[in-house]
Amino acid sequence: MSLALYVARRVAVLVPTLFFVSVLIFSLQQLLPGDAALALAGEERDETAVAAIRARYHLDRPAPVQYAIWMGRVLRGDLGESLRNRLPVTELLASKLPVTLELAFCSMLVALVIGIPAGVLSAARRGTLTDLTANLVALSGLSVPHFWLGIMLILLFAVRLGWLPASGYVPPWENLPRNLMTILLPSIVLGTGVAGVMMRHTRAAMLQTLGADYVRTARAKSVPERLVILKHALRNALIPVITLGAIEFGRLLSGAVLTEQIFAIPGFGKLLVDGVFNRDYAVVQGVVLVSAGLYVLLNLLADVLYFVANPRLRGG
Amino acid sequence: MRRVRLVMAAAALALLAAGPAAAESVLRIGLNDDPDALDPTISRAYVGRLVFAGLCDKLFDVTPDLKIVPQLATGYEWAPDQRSVVIKLRPGVKFHDGEPLNAEAVKFNIERHINTPGSFRKTEIGQIQSVEIVNDMTVRLHLSEPLTPLLAALTDRAGMMVSPKAARALGDKLGQKPVCAGPYRFVERVAQGKIVMERFPDYWDKANVHIDRVEFVPITDSTARLASLRSGDLQMIERVSPTDLAEIRGDGKLKVTGVPELGYQMIPLNVANGPKAKTLADVRVRQAIDLAIDRETLVKTVFNNEYIAGNQWVSPSNYYYNAKFPVPKRDVAKARALLKEAGQPNLTFTLILPPERDRQEAAQIIQAMLAEAGITMNLQTQENVTMLTNGRKGDFEAYFTFWSGRPDPDGNVFTQSTCKGAQNDSHYCSAEVDALLTKARQVSGPAERKKLYDAATEIMLRDTPRLLLWHRRVFTGLSARVQGFTPYPDGIIRLKGLKLN
Repeated sequence: MSLALYVARRVAVLVPTLFFVSVLIFSLQQLLPGDAALALAGEERDETAVAAIRARYHLDRPAPVQYAIWMGRVLRGDLGESLRNRLPVTELLASKLPVTLELAFCSMLVALVIGIPAGVLSAARRGTLTDLTANLVALSGLSVPHFWLGIMLILLFAVRLGWLPASGYVPPWENLPRNLMTILLPSIVLGTGVAGVMMRHTRAAMLQTLGADYVRTARAKSVPERLVILKHALRNALIPVITLGAIEFGRLLSGAVLTEQIFAIPGFGKLLVDGVFNRDYAVVQGVVLVSAGLYVLLNLLADVLYFVANPRLRGG
Repeated sequence: MRRVRLVMAAAALALLAAGPAAAESVLRIGLNDDPDALDPTISRAYVGRLVFAGLCDKLFDVTPDLKIVPQLATGYEWAPDQRSVVIKLRPGVKFHDGEPLNAEAVKFNIERHINTPGSFRKTEIGQIQSVEIVNDMTVRLHLSEPLTPLLAALTDRAGMMVSPKAARALGDKLGQKPVCAGPYRFVERVAQGKIVMERFPDYWDKANVHIDRVEFVPITDSTARLASLRSGDLQMIERVSPTDLAEIRGDGKLKVTGVPELGYQMIPLNVANGPKAKTLADVRVRQAIDLAIDRETLVKTVFNNEYIAGNQWVSPSNYYYNAKFPVPKRDVAKARALLKEAGQPNLTFTLILPPERDRQEAAQIIQAMLAEAGITMNLQTQENVTMLTNGRKGDFEAYFTFWSGRPDPDGNVFTQSTCKGAQNDSHYCSAEVDALLTKARQVSGPAERKKLYDAATEIMLRDTPRLLLWHRRVFTGLSARVQGFTPYPDGIIRLKGLKLN
């Protein structure tokens, strides 16, 4: 099978997937209890005022009609306007995307820098104190709630030491050093979580390859142990880790809800949470649809890379 | 070694001195949520009012003790029949785009508030039938009915004036780039990120504006918000949670102020709204519940006495509080007797409440207090919007909510307690109360209005359609660098007069 055919087949599957995702988002939203018009009205309870809100956002129409109106607009590239602050959802998403991308990228960097060396080290020194320590650190990175870690880091680095800002976000084109300072703590919080997962997977994959025949052969040829680990074993062990990395990156892109909330980073996660609490249907649907799309695309990308990297897949 | 240190210190000092000398002063204020659209006509959320306080001046303002004073106006005069009011405008006021504030601009704004589809101001000032331009700097508002509380509405968003030129050009996009006549003009907004404004050089009262730039930063998590204040990222935070007070008071670089709020915390009881009204339809049952609650203890145990026990629709320190009926003492024996008399000695009902700390804890204490009077109160948690939807539909026996409060007493009681009131989920209806509250809208003297409100309060306390429980204090946290801050019961930070050291 050629690469082009493979990609075409995968893209063909993508369309119905996204369609089902859109239906799912829409219907789950409908299940949210409570009247959206009333949520928007706040303390205003006047019948005519609430009815005007309902009419403006088509909330008085049956759900399938609402879906058709929404989908019709989405296909034309219009995600509607925020029910709360009346900004176009596409504009909101476009302004959040660079923030979320940067945060996801920096967190991934933290995860890779910690996760992979720790995984390699603990596999190479299996059963030693190093292995145990690396495992302990990885597990705590995985299990410490982001919420708690975030607050602790803020209290230490911003309140006590005063080295870093406690919250907020400055775009890189406005002030790069300041941008890095604001993104550092949230990246550490998110990155350590992912690092734990990366470390565990790297370790497992390394242990497998270290037991493989070609590694034994390399050792028999008295290749230096450093080279055996880094060249022969690690390269092969990285394949599943790359897939995992792509998935984790997709997850980071869909917005880090709690972390963004604590550090007041205006990314996808914060947009989503505020949207849900305000019953801002247009925003919630837009965010979920776009992040689902990104996630699916990243998976496609990982599969294609796999296809390119692994000749065995081309047979069938 | 010592010398090296000295040189380094000198260098550092020189650097520091070179930095901020040219820098402008920036005040950063932490908000509890991200505001909605910044158009006074369609704005709804409370938090937006904090931002408007910098951007948009109003025809009138309130003083810290709730008296109405002119802002963009210079004075007013009611007609003897209270059906029209003449408002004189302040000369020399400019909007941020250089346009003048005059009678025509005021007419444009009032009509915009009333006629814009989706306006949240229409119900506040919908009784204005027409705006007459008396001369360039004077307007007369003609009303459909005598309505003295109207002026109070003009101390909030309904009284904010936007530039007619900008409003015509931007249409419903004005909220993305508001052009008003306040001390600061809009610079930019990053949704969920920040709202930035800078000092308006042509402001009519510029002598009282000292800070160059103000940034509003929404941080929803209260711990993170407080940490930002402590680290110096923020200089002020609004609506501080009582649980954070100890931390602020323990920090020498911070201050906190607190004033009683305008509103009240309450439990509406279902008197006559649908089939669920059966349980609490008997007034004796409602009185028994009320008598079984010890409000002072409640405020002391749950809120560490930071809040104020209450039993009326204004706080005990308000002018319109009926002092003949102070916060009642608990009387379990009488509660039991009333229940027996009503034939419901083993009363059971359900209180719906949202998943919010204050109300959850208070509900548990109330539950225990009621149990001692033989009343079983089941607690059912519902997300806030769901609860309010059910309240409106009558799908409740009791639910735990609050009213944010208005400066004029009418705004705290009329729509909540009149038979057709939009906020009256209890469906409580008393012809006497209706008549008194309507009459109080038609007279303008405070003493005369107080008599009418006192009489209405007496009837409502007897009928107990809702349990009025406590009033919060509005706490504002600020860095010791901030000088000249006066707290207002509406919780809105007035930026005029503030200085940064």
